[in-house]
Amino acid sequence: MKPAPFDYVRAGSLAETHDVLASEGGEAAVLAGGQSLVPLLSMRMARPKVLVDIMHVDELASLRVDGDAIYVGARLRQAELLGWPELAKHQPLLAHALPWVGHWQTRARGTVCGSVALADPSAELPLVLAALGGHVILSSRGAHRRVPADEFFQGIMSTARNDDELIEAVSFPCRRNGEGYAFREFARRHGDFAIVACAAIATEKSVRLAVGGVADRPVVRDFPEVSDEALGDFAAGLEARDDLHATASYRRMLVCKLGAETIAEAQACRA
Amino acid sequence: MPRLSADARHNVRLEINGRAHEAEAEPRMLLTDFLRHRLGLTGTHVGCEHGVCGACTVQIDGAPARACLTLAVQADGASIRTVEGLAPEPGRLSVLQEAFRRHHALQCGFCTAGILMSLDWYLREKPDPSEAELREFLSGHICRCTGYVPIVAAALDAARRLRETGESK
Ligand SMILES: Cc1cc2nc3c(=O)[nH]c(=O)nc-3n(C[C@@H](O)[C@H](O)[C@H](O)COP(=O)(O)OP(=O)(O)OC[C@H]3O[C@@H](n4cnc5c(N)ncnc54)[C@H](O)[C@@H]3O)c2cc1C
Ligand code: FES
Ligand code: FES
Repeated sequence: MKPAPFDYVRAGSLAETHDVLASEGGEAAVLAGGQSLVPLLSMRMARPKVLVDIMHVDELASLRVDGDAIYVGARLRQAELLGWPELAKHQPLLAHALPWVGHWQTRARGTVCGSVALADPSAELPLVLAALGGHVILSSRGAHRRVPADEFFQGIMSTARNDDELIEAVSFPCRRNGEGYAFREFARRHGDFAIVACAAIATEKSVRLAVGGVADRPVVRDFPEVSDEALGDFAAGLEARDDLHATASYRRMLVCKLGAETIAEAQACRA
Repeated sequence: MPRLSADARHNVRLEINGRAHEAEAEPRMLLTDFLRHRLGLTGTHVGCEHGVCGACTVQIDGAPARACLTLAVQADGASIRTVEGLAPEPGRLSVLQEAFRRHHALQCGFCTAGILMSLDWYLREKPDPSEAELREFLSGHICRCTGYVPIVAAALDAARRLRETGESK
C-alpha cells in the first residue's frame, strides 16, 4: 500500500498549474484534497508521473454569489462550504447534501471541485450539481469553457474534462423563490458512499428527481405529475448495477421508496 | 515553482505539537510514515492506509484529518497535532484521555490515538454534543474491540467535565 514514485509540484499560480498540465498531458494529476487521489495512488490504481498540488493557488480560493449562482473555487474544502453561514439561505439542497459526503475528517481536506472531478456515480456533490443544472468551469493555457453538468458527467469516473484542463470552479444555481428542496440517502453506515441517493426540487408545476448510486452517472427526471406508477416506470428504466453492496433490483426498489419520500419532503418545504 | 523529483529526498519542515521539526521525504512518502519512521512519533497508528479506519487521524492546521491521505511534502509548512501532544505534562493525562481510562474506552488501543485526536477537536467545537451527534461524528472511526459504547460514554463524561472546569485540555 505505497504509491509508485511521482514528481511533486506545488503550484503557486493558475498559470503554473496550466503549464504543468499542458506539458505533461495525461501523465499529470491534479492534487486537491487528496481524499480520493491518495488512496488511488496507494492502491496503485493511479500512476501519474507528476502531481500538481493546487491548494496554494490564491486564484482558486473564491466562494461567492455571482448573479444567481454560487461560485465555488477549486481550493474550497467541503468543510468550508458547509461552514459558510449563508449556505442554507442561498442553496438549501447543498446544505442538506454536504453532511453526507464522507466524514468530518475527510470533509476537512476534500474539496468540492475534487469530488466533481472524480465523478463517482454514488457521490453526492455531482448529484446536486446535476439536479440543479449547474456548470463546471474548465480552464487550460489560453482557454476557458463552461460545461453544463449533464454534459460534464459521462460515465463512471469519466467526464468531459480534457487532460490539460483544470476545473477552476463549479457553479451551483441559487435557490429560487417558490421551490422546495430535499435530499435523502441510503448507505450501510453514515459516511459511506450512497447505495442510492435522491435529490428533489419541487416547483409549483412539477417535481424534479435526481438519483445517484444507480446508473453510471447522476440521472435527472422531471415529473409533471407524481405517482407511484410514474416513479416505478422511471426506476425500471434506470440502468442499475449489481455490486457488492446491493443488487440492481434492490436499488430500483430504493429509488421508488426513497424517491417518493424525498419528493414529499421537497413539496412540503416549498416556500 | 520547484519540482520535487520522484527519486530524491526533499526537506520537509513542519510544526508538530508546537515544536519545529525537519526531515527528508520522497514525494510519495505518506505523512503517517513520515511521522512514524522519520520522526519516531509512533503514537499515530496505521491501519487501512486508505482513509477508512481513522486510526491515523491527526489534526492538520487545526482540523482532524487522515495522515494516511496526506503526503509529507504536501504538509510542508503545516501545523500538526498528534496524540503525543495531548497530555499537558509528563505523568498527567488530558481530561479526555483520563475519561477514556475511567470508562475502559480502549482495549487493544489500535484505534485510540485517532479517536482521541478527533474528539479533542470536536469537544472544543461543540462542548455539549448529544449522544446521537457523537455517534455520527465517530462514524469516521472503526473500533473492532469496544463496541463503541464505552467510547461514547467517555466522550460525554469528558465533555461534561470540560464544561464544568472550563478547561480546554
Ligand atoms: C473514508 C472516505 C469516505 C468517503 N465518502 C465519500 C462519500 O460518502 N461521498 C463522496 O462523494 N465522497 C466520499 N469520499 C471522497 C471525498 O472525500 C473526496 O474528497 C472527493 O471525492 C475528492 O476530493 P479531493 O479534493 O479530496 O480530490 P483529490 O483526491 O485530490 O482528487 C480526486 C480526483 O480529481 C482530480 N481533481 C481534483 N481536483 C481537480 C481540479 N480542480 N481539476 C481537475 N481535476 C481535479 C484529481 O486529479 C483526482 O483524479 C470519501 C473518502 C474517504 C477517504
Ligand atoms: S490508516 Fe489512515 S484511515 Fe486507516
Ligand atoms: S480498542 Fe481495539 S480497535 Fe478500538
